[in-house]
Amino acid sequence: MPTEILMPALSPTMEEGTLAKWVKNVGDTVQPGDVIAEIETDKATMEVEAVDEGTLGKILVEAGTENVKVNAPIALLLAEGESESDIGSSSGSEAKSEEPKTATKSDDEPVAQSGDQARSAKTVTPIDERRVPAEGKTHPDVEDDSPFGRDVPEGTEMVSTTVREALRDAMAEELRRDEAVFVMGEEVAEYQGAYKITQGLLDEFGARRIVDTPITEHGFAGLGVGAAFGGLRPVVEFMTFNFAMQAIDQIINSAAKTLYMAGGQMGCPIVFRGPNGAAARVAAQHSQDYAAWYSHVPGLKVVQPYSAADAKGLLKSAIRDPNPVVFLENEILYGHSFDVPKMDDWTVPIGKARIHRKGSDVTIVSWSIGMTYAIKAAEELAKEGIEAEIIDLRTIRPMDMPAIVRSVKKTNRAVIVEEGFPQCSVSGHIASELMVQAFDYLDAPVLKVNGKDVPMPYAANLEKLALPSVKDVIDAVKAVCYRS
Amino acid sequence: MAARQKNSSSGSSNSDKSKPSDKTVDTESGKEIVRTLENFSAPDPAEFSKEEELRAYRDMLLIRRFEEKAGQLYGMGFIGGFCHLYIGQEAVVVGMQMSMKEGDQVVTGYRDHGHMLATGMEARGVMAELTGRRSGYSKGKGGSMHMFSKEKKFYGGHGIVGAQVPIGSGLAFANKYNGTDAVSITYFGDGAANQGQVYESFNMASLWKLPAIYVIENNRYAMGTSVSRASAETDFSHRGLSFKIPGIQVDGMDVRAVKAAGDMAVEHCRSGEGPIILEMMTYRYRGHSMSDPAKYRTRDEVQKMRSESDPIEQVKKRLLENHEMSEDEVKEIDKEVRDIVGDAADFAQNDPEPDPSELWTDVYADEAPQAAE
Repeated sequence: MPTEILMPALSPTMEEGTLAKWVKNVGDTVQPGDVIAEIETDKATMEVEAVDEGTLGKILVEAGTENVKVNAPIALLLAEGESESDIGSSSGSEAKSEEPKTATKSDDEPVAQSGDQARSAKTVTPIDERRVPAEGKTHPDVEDDSPFGRDVPEGTEMVSTTVREALRDAMAEELRRDEAVFVMGEEVAEYQGAYKITQGLLDEFGARRIVDTPITEHGFAGLGVGAAFGGLRPVVEFMTFNFAMQAIDQIINSAAKTLYMAGGQMGCPIVFRGPNGAAARVAAQHSQDYAAWYSHVPGLKVVQPYSAADAKGLLKSAIRDPNPVVFLENEILYGHSFDVPKMDDWTVPIGKARIHRKGSDVTIVSWSIGMTYAIKAAEELAKEGIEAEIIDLRTIRPMDMPAIVRSVKKTNRAVIVEEGFPQCSVSGHIASELMVQAFDYLDAPVLKVNGKDVPMPYAANLEKLALPSVKDVIDAVKAVCYRS
Repeated sequence: MAARQKNSSSGSSNSDKSKPSDKTVDTESGKEIVRTLENFSAPDPAEFSKEEELRAYRDMLLIRRFEEKAGQLYGMGFIGGFCHLYIGQEAVVVGMQMSMKEGDQVVTGYRDHGHMLATGMEARGVMAELTGRRSGYSKGKGGSMHMFSKEKKFYGGHGIVGAQVPIGSGLAFANKYNGTDAVSITYFGDGAANQGQVYESFNMASLWKLPAIYVIENNRYAMGTSVSRASAETDFSHRGLSFKIPGIQVDGMDVRAVKAAGDMAVEHCRSGEGPIILEMMTYRYRGHSMSDPAKYRTRDEVQKMRSESDPIEQVKKRLLENHEMSEDEVKEIDKEVRDIVGDAADFAQNDPEPDPSELWTDVYADEAPQAAE
């Protein structure tokens, strides 16, 4: 049987082209790689190379023919021992306009359709389950109002600990537990940490496991990803997350997407951590909250703790997690002290919110530094007879929407407090989800309190204006409660 | 070819590195140039046994035929998106692979089909990934540029130019951390060699003496931009000098030269000397990707390389002339390779697409047990 030479697709979008010129003629011998014809696409004239060897037996599409469909036979190639008499019937295939058996056909098939169905079904189903990763589902859909958002045995001793100490303790415990864990970053070892989070680690674990890096975020973030591919459990510290923008390609394209791109064969267990958000008087380039950026990306987990107990428990969970975790700390909270349960192995599950304060009139959702405004506002509001329920989200992705929805179904009002910019924000996402998942329970539009939509100014008075404030939260709560 | 010119013009330029001296004279300026890493020079091509020639021939031919078939399937619409073929560069990966041992790791960019076949990944699995089918190495979710095999220590398959260089350095970091004697081989092109993260990686790899071999596949064109139009220093073997990383230029069209350089580099890394750069002077016959009209070079240039320097023809000639093989015996190998590729192509066209439910899997890995829960 002579081999059909088909009209090739020469670009991802080409559907037809012009057969500009035949370079080989009937009777010519053809070797793989020989140019046999020239084809014009909408972009350029391309040369068509032979794939098989043989003799050009018959030309089916003459030079100059326009609008030749991709995959239409354009010539017949005779193999060794075949002659023109073998051509016969196969030339008839020219007329057939068979649908090519390509993988692109499924474009409009089940996937898109089922997605649409699932979307329209969302008003009935409270939660789009596909978007909640495995561990989100393991938490029973019941209210958990324990102060730590998890069980703590009765009589457990509480130790007053700063967030700074809690983070260090978490790393030290995991370094002791697992030899594959190591910490790398700028000034983490000999300097004892730019913010003293890694204080004492070099002394206990040595330079092999506590690694000072050059000031090259892109390079060492990528090197951490490679080390994770190689079986280690890197904890990569960014001096601040502002500098992680240099490394964001490695965090997203290499760390977050590999498990999916590898069909589940290998992933990237790594923690990227460091202070995030506004510190004080360091202006625009050093004051930005990146939660919304990272929480946009499937494959990443994003954690943003407020208390020391959560900082410790969540960092330990993050280090053990088989996925890349972006762990956003806050410089201002580093020195705050909280009770941390004294337990052998204190961990807090990723993806689970915590009810910080119970209340019946309004739900305030916040996390990280935003909690400081929410808590003070709730105290003030209580004096005026408004009892706010505060949810400390703790993890931004996967997001514990069930906890928020449960609370809003009870209070019928919601205010979300976030330090980051307002557009495409975490709070904006929560507000939209509440509209979908709790529409019938809302007695007022959901309001957001964000940092202002400006780069962070340096001047003390302007900086204060740019950040969310207790007053902003109080005003928003009163607005959703229709109180003035 | 640049490497050849270099050899034939030995002594006439400052880049003659065949003499182990720490001083050379720039012929233009007459100034003395001190290069502390000068004593690194490309070793003579390895002497191949008949078995080695046969392995090289078969492995290179498999890549050549596989890529030709991939190009054909692309033309038929079975393969979509981007598809970067490795035709012409086969000696680089095959020669390097012959220097490696079990446990050594490989990472590369998006022109990766040849690297995967060289590490022993199955032609069926690679081709089925190219066609986006469920038996592909990534279940059809990665495609041409994103494939991995933990089993064969192939860590991708990266679509972002240069991103594999810190990753390969991190694999080397893990080897050193774990105290194994494995080395990581990081391939990247003359285009990627200008990326900033490459130099961040060089710095750390040298600082920490990581067992990393950086193989720069200089195929003369970064997409459509020739080396001289994009690079201030076109001798990429010198790119590590500021980081105290030695580098050598290798005739990447001669699989024996690649093997000899690979042996030397592997030995250098395993003995704890830190990283090394191998600049492979090679050539890609096909366009950058399937939709490249290749107007930046002449057909004659390509034909000249094919007819005078083809890596596969070189080995075939030696098999026929030095190892007393007959044309028929060589054809037997050709047939075996064609059968493997034909089988892979059939398989990849008939394998079902991934189940729609696969859309939602592999976004997150299963949770590790939480100790205190």
